Amino acid sequence: MGMNMTEKILAKHAGLESVRPGQLITCKLDMVLANDVTAPPSIKEFEKIGRPVFDRTKIALVPDHFTPNKDIKTAELTKTVRDFARKYDIVHYFEIGRVGIEHVILLEKGIVAPGMLTIGADSHTCTYGAVNGFSTGVGTTDLAVALATGEAWFKVPETIKVQLTGKKPGNINGKDVILTLIGMIGVDGALYKALEFAGEGVAELSMTDRFTISNMAIEAGGKNGIFPFDEKTKAYVEGRVTKAYEAVEPDVDAAYCRTVEINLSELRPVVAFPHLPGNTKRVEDIGEIRIDQVVIGSCTNGRIEDLEIAASIIKGHKIHPQVRCIVIPGSQQVYLEAMKEGLLEIFITAGAAVSTPTCGPCLGGYMGILGAGERCVSTTNRNFRGRMGHVDSEVYLAGPHVAAASAVLGKIATPEEVG
Amino acid sequence: MKLEGKVWRYGDNIDTDVIIPARYLNSFDPAELATHCMEDIDTSFAKNVKAGDIMVGGRNFGCGSSREHAPVAIKAAGIPVIIAANFARIFYRNGINIGLPLLEIGSDVEKIKADDTLRVDASTGTIENLSTGDVFRAHPLPGFVQDIARAGGLINYIKEKK
Repeated sequence: MGMNMTEKILAKHAGLESVRPGQLITCKLDMVLANDVTAPPSIKEFEKIGRPVFDRTKIALVPDHFTPNKDIKTAELTKTVRDFARKYDIVHYFEIGRVGIEHVILLEKGIVAPGMLTIGADSHTCTYGAVNGFSTGVGTTDLAVALATGEAWFKVPETIKVQLTGKKPGNINGKDVILTLIGMIGVDGALYKALEFAGEGVAELSMTDRFTISNMAIEAGGKNGIFPFDEKTKAYVEGRVTKAYEAVEPDVDAAYCRTVEINLSELRPVVAFPHLPGNTKRVEDIGEIRIDQVVIGSCTNGRIEDLEIAASIIKGHKIHPQVRCIVIPGSQQVYLEAMKEGLLEIFITAGAAVSTPTCGPCLGGYMGILGAGERCVSTTNRNFRGRMGHVDSEVYLAGPHVAAASAVLGKIATPEEVG
Repeated sequence: MKLEGKVWRYGDNIDTDVIIPARYLNSFDPAELATHCMEDIDTSFAKNVKAGDIMVGGRNFGCGSSREHAPVAIKAAGIPVIIAANFARIFYRNGINIGLPLLEIGSDVEKIKADDTLRVDASTGTIENLSTGDVFRAHPLPGFVQDIARAGGLINYIKEKK
């Protein structure tokens, strides 16, 4: 019996010829990531172990959640991270002005690569499956031990194959694919399992589409969400990844616990209703739902292609008078490109706010908190109760196309309705 | 480890944002986190929970964010064990790693109601519902995970191994 992509990466990092689902293994880690919320408690636990960091070149510290510091307590948290980074001379530490959202910049700067094994104290660490890596989120204590030992234990997951077929229509992007998938299998459909994307439909997806899809594997309960390595992956990592890497492909006789098929040609723009990412509905079926706010950004949809899609719909229109539209580029590089391409001018002249990179409102941190009864269409990844603010506010998850159209029309809308 | 306590009963897909909302994540002090635990779905919990009470959820308990602040807040509130149909993956690891036993009992969880009294042997996974007489057995933990639990969490386990 052969191995699938997740099994191959885990086996290699465990120093084993092969692994099987259910097997408990210890793996060597290629990259260990934490942010301003999770690094400080990890550092406290790390200090109890009483060892130095395992490798200062294999640790990434990205203060992105509540930065630029939203309050005094946050300033203390980021100071803890900064002091730790200086003490151990951590190579991949990012200061304000150079920082971006962790899962945007680690890819953008080639810090994560095909075949690599990464853990991060952030659940959306699964994003790096888009470049054919194995990556998954962990908590504070796993992270602390990883900082000291460079190792983590794993139970080899069973894998669900997601077979993508058909041609992707022009008005569909990665968010429609992943929200449709979570709607099909449920928010626990991939619990304790890996998702592996396959089929001729993969070639239809841009790297940005794949980042969005892998990013939200966790919203189906998944341990990771991995894509095959192809020409698009190669083109993306070239010029970014400087060290040698080894891409993986599934064996022809690899085992899967289940196969789910999605025909891309049948997809329509979708939105996930409160309060679960699996409450997916086609926008054309939902009737009129008035909104108060739109957020375009995050580790899910804060890349230049996302902003290009949003700007192409907003261009020549105004943000609806009753809507606050907040655009948050995912990194300084994205911000700069958006400026050079004239996207920032489109957003600002339309009446949108443009922010420095931050996770900010996605997790109800700051920069766009919702009051009681308010509704937000957001390109972020979670719509749990109280996620973006008041417990009686509502978050509707959508791609940048639906978010932009909704910002213009003041209701949840498809791009076609903007005209 | 034998425990006996009153049940705080919650439903399916209890996410880490409701266990501890992100607006409180500018602190990682367990006692402070405990004062806000569950407040977005149950304002009575933090006020009325007693040390030794037991939390019971449905499917996919602890889904969402990787924040270890969530099991830390529950543990600091005085809950010594959580029982659910099943747990989200990262929450499950985090519970084990901080020495908070998590027991999975599948659909048997439907036979546990709010305010029932349970007697739990976390080491064998045996759960007695003293209010109904039902007895459940949780899925056993892998041996290596039991070692982490016995050590009181992953940090102690690693220090012992050193």
